[in-house]
Amino acid sequence: MSKPLIKEYSSPGRKGYSLPTLDVPDINLEEELNPKFIRQQLDLPELSEVDVARHFTSLSQKNYGVDSGIYPLGSCTMKYNPKINEDIARIEGLSNLHPYQEDKDLQGSLKILYELKNNLAEISGMDEVTLQPASGAHGELTALMIIKQYFKDKGEERKKIVVPDSAHGTNPASAAMAGFEVVELKSNERGMIDLDKLRGLVDEDTAALMLTNPNTLGIFEREILEVAEIVHGVGGLLYYDGANMNAIMGYVRPGDMDFDLMHFNLHKTFSTPHGGGGPGSGPVGVKKFLTSYLPKPVLIKEGNFFKWEYHRPHSIGRVHSFYGNYSVILRAYAYIKALGADGLRKVTENAVLNANYMKAKLKDVYYLPYEEDSLHEFVLSASKQKEKGATTLNIAKRLLDYGQYAPTIYFPLVVKEALMIEPTETENITTLNKFIATMINISREIENNIEIVKNAPHNTTIKKLDEVKAARKPDLRW
Amino acid sequence: MDYIANTPQEKEEMLAAIGVQKIAELFSGIPRKVKLDCPLDIPAGISEMELAHDLKEIAQKNLSLGEVISFLGAGAYDHYIPAIVDHLILRSEFYTAYTPYQAELSQGTLQAVYEYQSMISDLTAMDLANASLLDGGSALGEAVLMASRISRKKKILISQSLHPAYREVARTYGRQQGLEFIQLQLNNTVTDLLELDKTIDQETAAVVIQYPNFFGSIEDMNRIENIISPYKNVLLLMVVNPLALGLLRPPGDFGADIVIGEGQVLGSPLNYGGPYLGFMAVKKRYLRQMPGRVVGATTDESGKRGFVLTMQTREQHIRREKATSNICTNEALNALSAAIYMSIMGRQGLREVAEQCCKKAHYLANRINKIPGFKVVNKSDYFHEFLLETDYSIDKVKKEMSKRGVIAGVDISRFDYKKEGLLVCVTEKRNRGELDKYLTVLEAISGE
Repeated sequence: MSKPLIKEYSSPGRKGYSLPTLDVPDINLEEELNPKFIRQQLDLPELSEVDVARHFTSLSQKNYGVDSGIYPLGSCTMKYNPKINEDIARIEGLSNLHPYQEDKDLQGSLKILYELKNNLAEISGMDEVTLQPASGAHGELTALMIIKQYFKDKGEERKKIVVPDSAHGTNPASAAMAGFEVVELKSNERGMIDLDKLRGLVDEDTAALMLTNPNTLGIFEREILEVAEIVHGVGGLLYYDGANMNAIMGYVRPGDMDFDLMHFNLHKTFSTPHGGGGPGSGPVGVKKFLTSYLPKPVLIKEGNFFKWEYHRPHSIGRVHSFYGNYSVILRAYAYIKALGADGLRKVTENAVLNANYMKAKLKDVYYLPYEEDSLHEFVLSASKQKEKGATTLNIAKRLLDYGQYAPTIYFPLVVKEALMIEPTETENITTLNKFIATMINISREIENNIEIVKNAPHNTTIKKLDEVKAARKPDLRW
Repeated sequence: MDYIANTPQEKEEMLAAIGVQKIAELFSGIPRKVKLDCPLDIPAGISEMELAHDLKEIAQKNLSLGEVISFLGAGAYDHYIPAIVDHLILRSEFYTAYTPYQAELSQGTLQAVYEYQSMISDLTAMDLANASLLDGGSALGEAVLMASRISRKKKILISQSLHPAYREVARTYGRQQGLEFIQLQLNNTVTDLLELDKTIDQETAAVVIQYPNFFGSIEDMNRIENIISPYKNVLLLMVVNPLALGLLRPPGDFGADIVIGEGQVLGSPLNYGGPYLGFMAVKKRYLRQMPGRVVGATTDESGKRGFVLTMQTREQHIRREKATSNICTNEALNALSAAIYMSIMGRQGLREVAEQCCKKAHYLANRINKIPGFKVVNKSDYFHEFLLETDYSIDKVKKEMSKRGVIAGVDISRFDYKKEGLLVCVTEKRNRGELDKYLTVLEAISGE
């Protein structure tokens, strides 16, 4: 039996809410308002509280979260998130605040925001940070708008954004949304930027190169200063995609690698639960010469007083109705407070240690397309397994049978049958060993009993879903 | 505290398996020239106990709404959230999950989003909705770009009765694609429809109207629909407060093409402006132009109903630079809160909340109008917000209120209106005693 939809429990007249009795003199709204404005019909379900509790509890039991087990999704950084952060985000004096309260009444929260943006500037080597963007991709878009405005003010209409073929999908999408043309840069055989190709691609029309370092293969671009020189040489800017920040904290800073601006993914690196796909938070950091373009308002400190400044004539404008995803920002603040400089460095070390351990244990079973040293994540290919008849997707689905979530698959696009693995620093060796053993076991199954892999999953409550039907005959609501 | 699980011995064991002596060797790929040669300038870490203590102390430097009587609204609303909402979203299988890339282990999130999409579609009386956008303002940004893609035109007529911050965000988004924004002036507190009639033409991509609008007024959507409908290929884009739709006729009734709004009112706490919930609902024919994720129902091999992320060919990881938007992380947990809120309130509950908000606001406004020196500006019908003008100084009103623990409303001098006034909002949380206190303060000022 499939799980009923909440609407299927509905019974006319049933109710789960309670409201205080109206304590002002009642009025007839059909008389007070123009009756043509009044709604006649509304089809929401009618349920008791226990109906709602059981329905959503039962849905949660059909879900898998980090608290359920390992989530080795490369580039998504699914680490365990400390529970204290949830409590802190719910402290009445920190959460029950309205965005139009006066600055003088919110000095506590403004101090938090101010300190966090300074911490992020320190961690990244940037000069100024805005906390307004509400997700990583939103941060990218904001940064690209800054790039556009910067050139406009210089009287230049640069159209091109260069993006490596291994970049996150949001990079080209954000560039296009900001009105740029996307030029793809092919990686070399070592999975890195090819300096000669880059030289050939960039010119006076290049606004920026978007790059993450380590790149999406987990490999550090050693020649980053040369890359910067080439891009800066034609007057372009270097943009850092902060999705992989947990590989470098305390070791190297984008600012010191000559990046001009960047975004952070607070929900990845600084530990906010992903919530099934959000909310996140994507602050943007810039070097001094770009500060005036940041979205307004900007948080400033005058003496000991924190306040929002709205008069920013060069600003790109607003990208969010208010100040960004404040409660995600709170969690990041709590996380950095708890760890301190030393803890952040340990995060990086252990993320890198865990990834390298897994890579060492798996590289003989699955093909390792790039042998370069990697940091917090690595990419394997199931090409050997494919030759025997099982695809990466089959392997991913088989992992679910063993109660473990699958790695990121078919990304980066430069690797065939890619399995992109990021264990994160919060997993311990026992969990890693279990995952490694499962991966090895699946590879054995492909040799001995391939059908069990090809027809996976078997043990999940739901079997393989017909995605083609979902796309051809969209059924998006009851 | 660093939340690292491996012991020193385990780390040694791992280093041996990798074949290196020290962790530092794993970073040998980073050239010395760029390597940080000193520790980060960030204070040393602290324990959980200290963290909780310190943050509670910082919180005391804030004035929380729990300590005052608030009449603040203007796009962020202080509604009661039933206890069950937070209890359910705190189930860790929900809030510690990722975007549901592996559908078989994510049926909970996927089904909840499908139900959310269904309820948003019902509430707005539109064909379908997406799985959420970042917030109300950025949803408008996405919507004007979408309208421009559909109509292949660049001119957007946007009413000044629309939230000023939303107009700013839309302009920020639209500027990049060369959109031209023409602002429609106000007539009292609603869109000047004569001006709309004069300004609209065949070059118009979309007309953007908020309902109820920034001043709480209910725009006459029938008349607006009549003005727009003779023009072919001009989209009606409505920005709505979903809670008000418990009482007011839905956008689908007025032929809206794209409906967006702020879903914070559906079970998300105020949180100083975020995370909030951008929602979007559209006519079916625009499905492929719609930004963001959508969840669809399908069947598994045994014929059982199940849910998947679908229509992904519109998305950034497939179409890259040709995607309909760059949305990746959205506001899934807020969408879940909204689904739970709508489920618990249901048909009757949503109606009753909306009615209480409206009735209490009218009680306050009608009595304010009897106090000399104070006047409610809104001439047309309003929902739960209105603009208050006074012969006295706004600062004085704010100060006198604040002395008695009341935040009088949003001072609109902070926005681009060349007007003075307080935007006053009344939700179901304000009781008679609090409303009367507001009146008492105004009477005291008036009687001086």
